[in-house]
Amino acid sequence: MSPLVTLAGVRKSFGGVRALSDATLELYAGSITALIGENGAGKSTLVKILSGVHQPDGGEIRIAGEPVRMPRPDAARRLGIGVVHQECLVFDNLSVAENLFVNAWPASRGAVDWRSLRARAETLLRELDADFPVDVPASRLSIAQKHVVQIARALADDSRVLILDEPTASLSQRECVELFRIVRKLRDAGRALLFISHKFEEIYELADRYAVFRDGVSVSAGLLSEVRSDELIRLMVGRPVAQLFPKLETQIGEELLRVDGLGRSGEFEDVSLTLRRGEILGIYGLVGAGRTELARTLFGLQRADAGTMRLSAAAGAGCALVPEDRQTEGAVLPFSIAANIALPNLAALAPRGWCRSALETGLAREWMDRLAIRASGPEQAVHDLSGGNQQKVVIAKWLARKPAILILDEPTKGIDVGAKAAVHRVTSEFARAGNGVIMISSDLPEILGMSDRMLVMRRGRVRGEFSRSEATSEKLLKAASDA
Amino acid sequence: MKGLRDLSDAARRDLVLGGLTLAVFLAVTVAFPGFAAPRSLAGLLDDTAILILLALGQMLVILARGIDLSVAANLALCGMLAALVDRAFPGLGVAVAIGIASVAGAVLGAINGLLVWKLRLPPIVVTLGTLSIYGGVIYPLSGGAWVNENEMSPAFVAFTRAGFLGLSTLSWFAIVAAIAFVLGLRYLRVARALYAAGGNPEAAACSGIDPGRMQFLAYLACGAIAGLCGYLWVAKFAVAYTDIALGFELQVIAACLIGGVAIAGGSGTALGVVIGCLFIGIIRNSLPLVGISAFWQMFINGVVIIAAVLLSARNRAHVRTILESRAA
Repeated sequence: MSPLVTLAGVRKSFGGVRALSDATLELYAGSITALIGENGAGKSTLVKILSGVHQPDGGEIRIAGEPVRMPRPDAARRLGIGVVHQECLVFDNLSVAENLFVNAWPASRGAVDWRSLRARAETLLRELDADFPVDVPASRLSIAQKHVVQIARALADDSRVLILDEPTASLSQRECVELFRIVRKLRDAGRALLFISHKFEEIYELADRYAVFRDGVSVSAGLLSEVRSDELIRLMVGRPVAQLFPKLETQIGEELLRVDGLGRSGEFEDVSLTLRRGEILGIYGLVGAGRTELARTLFGLQRADAGTMRLSAAAGAGCALVPEDRQTEGAVLPFSIAANIALPNLAALAPRGWCRSALETGLAREWMDRLAIRASGPEQAVHDLSGGNQQKVVIAKWLARKPAILILDEPTKGIDVGAKAAVHRVTSEFARAGNGVIMISSDLPEILGMSDRMLVMRRGRVRGEFSRSEATSEKLLKAASDA
Repeated sequence: MKGLRDLSDAARRDLVLGGLTLAVFLAVTVAFPGFAAPRSLAGLLDDTAILILLALGQMLVILARGIDLSVAANLALCGMLAALVDRAFPGLGVAVAIGIASVAGAVLGAINGLLVWKLRLPPIVVTLGTLSIYGGVIYPLSGGAWVNENEMSPAFVAFTRAGFLGLSTLSWFAIVAAIAFVLGLRYLRVARALYAAGGNPEAAACSGIDPGRMQFLAYLACGAIAGLCGYLWVAKFAVAYTDIALGFELQVIAACLIGGVAIAGGSGTALGVVIGCLFIGIIRNSLPLVGISAFWQMFINGVVIIAAVLLSARNRAHVRTILESRAA
């Protein structure tokens, strides 16, 4: 049988960072292919190329043997490729029926025919055995129902190919069962489906083929019946975890932070942890596991609904957070390096409310030196720096406050190898000086290489704790993904 | 029979606002029975008609996630243009005046729309700029002089005041526009695309709707209406000068917000906007009766806007704020 959709040698880079370097994928009619890979393996980029959001830099896409180009999202839609996006792309302000036929509203004599719109929407939803009214605004639907709306929209377009980008990430067990029933129904109707999930249980339950991506390259593909889950995990992780990390031996000391039963409704629950002097605590998990929300709560950006947090007296200088998105939350991009580093330290730099630029520049020079920030000088705008140097500025601004606890959320995401090593070195030195670090990362080698202890979160809960000696990438991945 | 809960949010909002407006109206009528006399009501509609027309146009722009601060300047410029043309060629007739004003307004609206669409400039900045430009052009155009009633042709002035079934032509314009908007926003495909683009531009682009083009079309329509209102205004007050309708854009936007149009785009009904305008009109016409200074009008508008925003904000459940209130 020949594939309905073929991707061959597809490449895509974003500003010098290679997201896909050699992507090959085949989708077959009447079959569900699972796309497997770590965070950052290139899955999302692949979906965006297949849906016409991004244009590939090279390679070929063929549908039923014909090479195709999809310069815009609606071109993909016209070629019969439907996507159920992870972050629901529905129109909250429109009714369910309108959502299903957006930009293809049935009309007679130029006017939208609401009766036929409603009737066709009802038929579509009935085909999917979905039982919710078509007149209500989509804002009233649950996330699972919004997924169904997206699937139904793809059906309304008569899509031959349906891509489901982690549709189960925020669904309950019951909702998953319901979704799977619909997905199987579509497969039996001869459509080609691409199913992206981190959960091996689901993958084996639903899919019949697999494709594994690692670092932007397709490393393996075939029939799921011929491969075991531990083999898939090995393919996903690939390399043995190399000791590239300048992890320094530290003396683990007294307790700095104790968290008991911390919870925040809809985000995470019952999280307990401790952090000691000299320790790097790694928190691993998939996107959406509640790690960032936990970090924001620990830092005080949002309040917990349940549980307690205790800072010990030893942690007098408090806590700092280097957020995941340095461009929107970490740095003020139009400000200079000096102004960014000064920002959390204004109380010390300008005790009477009067800023003295000499002090700010001095502080900036000191930290640019210590972190090897490459820039023309302290007055350069952070906007013009490379990602790695931007991240160093964000770390510097917090370290200059001399906190006792540093929380890092994906500290090396999207930065080059050199800057990565520098961030790791600074983190290690900070811990060795008798401080505590909580490092959230989806990068397995980083977590394994840097942490003294590791927690794994899944769906808002801590699902495993491993010491440095017992942790392996397979164990972490298994705990994170329900395998 | 549907209960209040089963109605859509928009319908519920319109109902609440309608109820409030009716209550104000009845309260004033109880105290001053003359307020509900047919002639008084016709006067009220005549006074509010231009506001209704402008607010309906503005609504389109706000639905598409834009804003048009230049409507009043557009109105003033097109009104002056119509008056000058009428003074120079008195025999052309009303249809030509209306055509000139509307087309000129559409051109001005298209300039706003192109700047927002093609150059991706922020709507508030673009229209703040064109507010100044359009307003500034009037002076050199007219030489700073007024065009007075005695310089206008009789037909030019008489048109808006002519009556039909007891209502002025001006009122009929507003009534027809209101009906056209209610039906058009519901039944025209392009209107549904406008709501989609304003509600979720990203998803709209994925569905083949260009949100920028929708903004352009909204500005175009809003501009044409503002131009038309330019003629209506000049004819109604029988005078054209540099500063007519100065600052009126704020009242137009206020009427939209009171009428439940979401400033974030994608949500609002024509019925709500009309009721919002009538609310403003009733307050404006009743304050002198009750013996309160007309300056309180602005105060009341402000309170109602904040109250309306407060109500719709409380309906949003899942707003993520960076810093939550300490008093949780």
